[in-house]
Amino acid sequence: MIALFKRELLIALRGGGGALTGVIFFLCVITIVPFGIGPDLKLLSQIGPAVLWIGALLATLLGLDRLFQQDKEDGSLDILVCQEHALTWLIFVKCIAHWIVSTLPLVIATPLFGLMLNVSPMGILASMVTLFVGTPAITFIGAVGASVTVTLPRGGVLIAILVLPLVIPVLIFGVLSIDGAINEPQPFTAPFLILCAFTLFTSVLGPLAASVMLRHSAD
Amino acid sequence: MKLVAETISVNRGIKRVVQDLSFEVEQSEALIVTGENGAGKSTLLRAIAGLLPLDSGSVDLQGGKEELLLREQCHYLGHQNGLKTALSVKENLEFWQNFSGEPDFAIQETLEIVGLAHTLDLPVGYLSTGMKRRIAIAKLLITRKQVWIVDEPTAGLDGASSKMFIDICSAFCDDGGILIAATHLPLDLKKTKSLHVEMLDTYADDAFDSGLDT
Repeated sequence: MIALFKRELLIALRGGGGALTGVIFFLCVITIVPFGIGPDLKLLSQIGPAVLWIGALLATLLGLDRLFQQDKEDGSLDILVCQEHALTWLIFVKCIAHWIVSTLPLVIATPLFGLMLNVSPMGILASMVTLFVGTPAITFIGAVGASVTVTLPRGGVLIAILVLPLVIPVLIFGVLSIDGAINEPQPFTAPFLILCAFTLFTSVLGPLAASVMLRHSAD
Repeated sequence: MKLVAETISVNRGIKRVVQDLSFEVEQSEALIVTGENGAGKSTLLRAIAGLLPLDSGSVDLQGGKEELLLREQCHYLGHQNGLKTALSVKENLEFWQNFSGEPDFAIQETLEIVGLAHTLDLPVGYLSTGMKRRIAIAKLLITRKQVWIVDEPTAGLDGASSKMFIDICSAFCDDGGILIAATHLPLDLKKTKSLHVEMLDTYADDAFDSGLDT
């Protein structure tokens, strides 16, 4: 499994792998928002955390089709699913590697993008923490979508449609906990813990569902 | 050890591709699957490798490792090579060696067998179609599995490389392996059996129960 993890990271590092696509897309979303809503700094700092979350969510969805598609195309997936390792565990490792490669850069870029949206330092910190904790859930849920669409030639958009309804709770609780961190009367701990719970919950259910799908989507 | 398939049937969607096929392959024996294009050779091989569900019947490896499923004791070489173009030959082979089963030959050694020792540090993307195929064949050797299921293994190979592949197969069979190959190449092995797959024009048993005829 460590071999698989190393391979996934190496491929992403070597081939470009589109790892930066997510960050660039994130940057696009963040830069056009101020132009769209006009030069109102107060409004911007109010909606900033939510925009950060929406941008990160969309950028994460963008790369999800790469989770199994490339392995399918070059025939590796056929061999991977035949091994004596549990498929669920294999998908879990792939998800973690995928998250590190394509979503962790988003979390790291958040402070910079937060400044562009006039988010307060506390808000930036809260955004980073909630994104760090919440985005793995998007990847785990996305794995299910990716496994459903793996046999389709251009499944990218379809994944977004399948996965979007399921990740909305993650978005809601992510933004809610940032809100709690900035504005005093709102609670931070409760939504944040629910966000953590989402990630833990999906880290089990996501790979499990994806493995069932991969076994049955044989062609 | 022997591989036994009993009255297996395989569907592709509503189309029945393999119908009630039974065969046995003994240890050190090769089963050559022949048939015209589209007859279902690949479908049959994928079903044996556990990549397609059987509609009925069963495939078992008798006398294999008890704790492992058949698909876990197979090397499957399909139409694609299962190699990452961004990684070097060494990294590709190292990954498969660490990931699947018990190591057999050393990587350098297998590359010498397929005649590509000089490509060790080259990215797979730089290699030609035939060379990639030879690396994929080297992949069969780096871990020890009892059964090889190969689908058109010599596609893209030149005459000399095809000869090399036959030698590898022959060594594998002599060593007690079971080979199942879909190929039109005359495999000059000691014990071979052939299986002809006929083109079927039937539909799956339950194809019309699901309301398709109404």
